[in-house]
Amino acid sequence: MTRAQVVDAYFMEHRARLLDVAAFLDRIDRAGHGVDDFRMSAYRSAMTVLVDGQPQRARRILELLSDPSTTPIASAHTKGATGAHDPSGKTH
Amino acid sequence: MYIDPHVHMVSRSTDDYVHMARAGCVAITEPAFWAGYDRSSPQGFFDYFRQLTDSEPRRAAQYGIRHHTWLCINPKESEDPIFAREVIALIPEFLKKQNVLGIGEIGLNKNSRNEMEILEAHLQLASDHNLLVLVHTPHLEDKLKGTLLILDAIRRFPKLDPGRVLIDHVEEHTAKHVLDRGFWCGMTLYPDTKCTPQRAVDIIETYGSERIWMNSAGDWGHSDPIAVPKAQMEMRRRGHLESLVRQVTFTNPERFLSQSGRFSAEPLRPTAPDITR
Repeated sequence: MTRAQVVDAYFMEHRARLLDVAAFLDRIDRAGHGVDDFRMSAYRSAMTVLVDGQPQRARRILELLSDPSTTPIASAHTKGATGAHDPSGKTH
Repeated sequence: MYIDPHVHMVSRSTDDYVHMARAGCVAITEPAFWAGYDRSSPQGFFDYFRQLTDSEPRRAAQYGIRHHTWLCINPKESEDPIFAREVIALIPEFLKKQNVLGIGEIGLNKNSRNEMEILEAHLQLASDHNLLVLVHTPHLEDKLKGTLLILDAIRRFPKLDPGRVLIDHVEEHTAKHVLDRGFWCGMTLYPDTKCTPQRAVDIIETYGSERIWMNSAGDWGHSDPIAVPKAQMEMRRRGHLESLVRQVTFTNPERFLSQSGRFSAEPLRPTAPDITR
């Protein structure tokens, strides 16, 4: 597909998703002031990748959200995942 | 026509079988999975393995879909190694069942030491019996670390040919690691937590179409058992050749799975319901 064809095919879909992101952030603001937890801190960092003009944004955002450690943890205390690395280790 | 090489049909309805068959699904493979709760005894797994090797193939056949399976204890239930080893000890007697393709979906979940111990026990079993391996990689923030740990673990079993091991649930940050080491990779099409059909097609455009397939991994959670034909539609929307669509949704899975000597995607006439059961 040409650049124009990609925009023609996907602009409306991703305009909607962009508004979803904006509305999500507005929703958090309306819920009151407070400190972002590790997930939202990571989310705001990931948003800077979107506008840095560099390629492979999806790969780099996934890496930014990933646990950077390299050895197995002592034991698993949960089965689930939160979607972002928790530097405190409390959610392992 | 397509193959869904990873879908948990014991969790799905007969309506799903109808929708899949109408969308062109001719064959599936169903890895052993976590039930959404921890089973209370190894006997629970014995019955689950009977379901995967006996009753589910008959259910699928009623819709003209060939059913194959993989056996293991899923990494989500591997934190108790003694329990897990009792389950692994049950597997050899089921390996003679004709729809068993290999060991899977093994792997890691939270990347713990106990999970690694049980992953290695499964890899030893596969190595000893010369079986295909289907590997689950962890979710979300645990995926990159877990994928790299898994690739290193498999390397410790030199009898396991990377061309007979599929690393599943790859995304943009793990696909290249898997392909560069000679393994096959699977992309799971999930509404929220893995790849969308659009991103899966992006990955094919970025990394190529060799040693790669797509699956729905439909299960008891938020998932879509007809995600693969939706990805086919996405490829056609972008103008990809029909030969490429067929390669990643039929020929590639058929090529990998046929290494088991037990896989078939030949047309199957739907069977009548078994009214004696």
